[in-house]
Amino acid sequence: MRRYFGRKLLIYGLTFFIAATIDWMIPRFMPGNPVQSLLSRSHVAPDAVPALIAYYNNLFGLDRPIWEQYLSFWGALLSGDLGRSVYLTGRPVTDVIMSAVPYTLALLVPAILLSWWAGNSFGAMAARRRWLDNAALPIGYILTATPYMWLAIVLAWILGFIFRLFPISGGYSYALEPTLTWTFVGSLFSHWFLPFASLFLVMFGGWAIGMRNMIIYELDADYSRYLEALGAPTRLVRKYAFRNAVLPQITGLALQLGVIVSGALVTEIVFSYPGIGKLTLAAIQNEDYFLLQGIFLFIIVGVLIANFLVDIAYVLVDPRTRVGMSGRSA
Amino acid sequence: MNDPERISSAVPVGAAAPDRAPIQPAAPAPAPRPGEPAAASGRAEAVGRRREILYFALRDRKVLVGLGILIVFVAAAVVGPLIRPGDPDAFVGPMAAAPSREWWFGTTTFGQDVFAQFVYGVGSTFLVGLFGGGLAALIGMTVGFVAGYRGGVVDEILNMLTNVVLVIPTLALLLIAAAYLTARGVLVEAVFIGLTSWPWAARAIRAQTFSLNTREFVDLARLTGVPSWRVIFGEIAPNMGSYLFMTFILLFGGAILIAATLDFIGLGPTSGSSLGMMMYNAVAWSALQLGMWWWFIPPGLGITAIVGALYVMNVGLDEIFNPRLRKM
Amino acid sequence: MSLQVTNLRVYYRTLAGDVRALDGVTFGVADGEIMGLAGESGCGKSTLGNSLVRFDPRMRYIEGRVELEGLELPIWDNAAMNDFRFKEVSIVPQYAMSALNPTRKIGRMTAELVAARGIPPETIVPELERRLDLVGLSRDVLDRYPIELSGGMKQRMVMVLSTILNPSLLIADEITSALDVSTQKAVAEMLVSFRDHGFVKSMIVITHDVSILYQIADTITVMYAGKLAEKAPTESIISAPRHPYTRLLISSLPEVGVRYAERRLAGIAGSPPLLLDPPAGCRFRDRCPVASEQCLQEPPFVEIEAGHFAACWKVA
Repeated sequence: MRRYFGRKLLIYGLTFFIAATIDWMIPRFMPGNPVQSLLSRSHVAPDAVPALIAYYNNLFGLDRPIWEQYLSFWGALLSGDLGRSVYLTGRPVTDVIMSAVPYTLALLVPAILLSWWAGNSFGAMAARRRWLDNAALPIGYILTATPYMWLAIVLAWILGFIFRLFPISGGYSYALEPTLTWTFVGSLFSHWFLPFASLFLVMFGGWAIGMRNMIIYELDADYSRYLEALGAPTRLVRKYAFRNAVLPQITGLALQLGVIVSGALVTEIVFSYPGIGKLTLAAIQNEDYFLLQGIFLFIIVGVLIANFLVDIAYVLVDPRTRVGMSGRSA
Repeated sequence: MNDPERISSAVPVGAAAPDRAPIQPAAPAPAPRPGEPAAASGRAEAVGRRREILYFALRDRKVLVGLGILIVFVAAAVVGPLIRPGDPDAFVGPMAAAPSREWWFGTTTFGQDVFAQFVYGVGSTFLVGLFGGGLAALIGMTVGFVAGYRGGVVDEILNMLTNVVLVIPTLALLLIAAAYLTARGVLVEAVFIGLTSWPWAARAIRAQTFSLNTREFVDLARLTGVPSWRVIFGEIAPNMGSYLFMTFILLFGGAILIAATLDFIGLGPTSGSSLGMMMYNAVAWSALQLGMWWWFIPPGLGITAIVGALYVMNVGLDEIFNPRLRKM
Repeated sequence: MSLQVTNLRVYYRTLAGDVRALDGVTFGVADGEIMGLAGESGCGKSTLGNSLVRFDPRMRYIEGRVELEGLELPIWDNAAMNDFRFKEVSIVPQYAMSALNPTRKIGRMTAELVAARGIPPETIVPELERRLDLVGLSRDVLDRYPIELSGGMKQRMVMVLSTILNPSLLIADEITSALDVSTQKAVAEMLVSFRDHGFVKSMIVITHDVSILYQIADTITVMYAGKLAEKAPTESIISAPRHPYTRLLISSLPEVGVRYAERRLAGIAGSPPLLLDPPAGCRFRDRCPVASEQCLQEPPFVEIEAGHFAACWKVA
């Protein structure tokens, strides 16, 4: 088990190192002075320009040897300094991102957990009943082939625009101040629901189909055939198959994290939901590369942490990782 | 032992890592087990199997439906621009017109022809899928074959590389890379996608190669000093042909979805039109609030139909190549 | 007779039509008998084994009767067969290495399986432990996962588990083919001791390796192309085979102490007929050195001397 985690941590560390290095390299490989060219291409508030130039000249330290630049980049990074946002007149990037993170997490965490649970349960049910299988399969495939933003658009259009059931823009009503009142919480919830639902549905389709296919493979596995040859009731055979089919679904969750995060980003954009996604779009539209680089590192760290959590979950579920053998996802 | 790497679990969910749905191809059909009726041997069996696969392929509803949808869209991408020639983004019609006999899919707020943009976008969608998915398949196969065949240190290093690329969120990487490239075309986008979406395929192919490695014909070739690349392409690859094909289909669909996402946040091609950009423009110009459904429904529906058709076809092929799944 | 099989016919459904994998076989297995079942791959021996325990989804029952301890086995009815499986007829499958659920401790899996068959698990524990001792497995394997066991250990575990309810008949399907030679011998001897201890009444050992049967089987039955060719006590089959196919099969075996430089191993020229549409008459005809006009008629499987059956016009 120690070896399992050791290996995982090594990979995550390496990944972060490589990602951060890419992040550092890109502006330096651009022709010309990166500070000048980045600032001239950005839509900077005029009064912020001198301060930003001074700040970034110091940060990039282009007159210093390259290894020193690299070291000081890591120094800043490890102390949490991701630079300053250009279009938000010099606010620290870390602050800007931190204020958006809660919204994104509020969408992602429940959508991932609930869709995983519901999708797997439904897929297992579908593998058991023919009529359900025939109905579930096409729906599952359509959902999982749907681009996240399109389902978001369609839900916003039908439930938000036509039926007026939910607001389709923002994180809470613009008429309200963020306070801890029921009105405000209600507003948060009604703005949260549609983006959550569209993320949930797309993922749900994927998990359901995955579980259904996986169970069929497991029911065909040798251990299932052996149980049947010894007259075990279907109930027991299915119980084992489900249990074993869940394992690759956990690994699948880790593999999907990147895709899920990008799904959340575009969903936020559709609903102008004030999370990382909306911030990303703003950074791109305003050519705020410092903010973009910060978001990049932030997403990487987030995905790495989530991966690690999935690894822990896997060890809890797959006994083989605990008995010193490498598990399925190793 | 990594029995886990049995494909069913290796590419877990599937369709892709790049992609979401757990729809992975199953392991290549196993050699007939002793005790199965030995219908014939050698060549006769191979011919019989090919005929059998064709027989089922032409009767499998999933394959036929998937293939049918794809053909319709390819035809639209080819014929469409002939019906509506010229720049698809040109301002040719009335503003914000609903679909009519003259403007089949209506027009945008600025009077662009949605149908012209749509067929053009379908074309670039196929291009991205083909090149992005193709490049990813190529890298995935190379890494998977070499790692699985050589094993040892080579495998360790490639495996590490695969795992690193696997955990880096593709979109985040593309975000930073695409943002710095000021001129981008569909092919550049496809290259980015291809370079980042191969890891799950490499892992799956590596596992398959491992299991084929121990078969006698591979051993024999290896012992007689046949160069590695010839063993790989002469003995191993043909034995998992169906598997490689299904992997490519999934990468194809995955590349399309990634491209749509990139286009939607404004990092797509800097010139030309795509389905993702159509959705981006529709949202940016408040088509939702104006109720202009004809602007945002077709592009998303097109992507869903194409990717869904690919996935469904893949499941059908899986049933054909793995006869044991047919009965379920 | 512990087991009596009469005119059993089981086909495989394929696209091109039915493959006559088991085309009318009749034989009996006596109480305490270990019957070896030998033949080339594809001759139908595994189909025979499977049809006595559990039909593969592609197998199709055509006709025939199977009686075990005087009771007819409803082999065509998957649900009804469940009452007999494990308790009356059991199997050690050829995939024994992967037959145990990888994510359950072996003891827990055993308990769940036994409980699911309506037997309180604690009642079998003393016997289970006794038998583990017998096959040389330490009792703590019950507290381990299959992945922690070696191949040979898993094989023995499956043998113990399959026979824990003392079935009348045990089918052992190619159980030695995945093992190395020294382990093969140990496993084969274990089968004999299971019979001697009365864990199973009688046994059918399916293998393509006749030398294993020579060590453990009381009788050997040889199958060819979906039909029985010969059945006789082991000694007779080895030293005095009557059916031309058996003779060629036996003479192609390496013999202990014989130097092969002096005597080349004789393979059998040709290949078995396709079972999709087998020719009428004796199916070995085309490869048979002594075939004649008469062989266009199908030879009956008859007792040519006490306990010695063969299907060949030349020996009748």
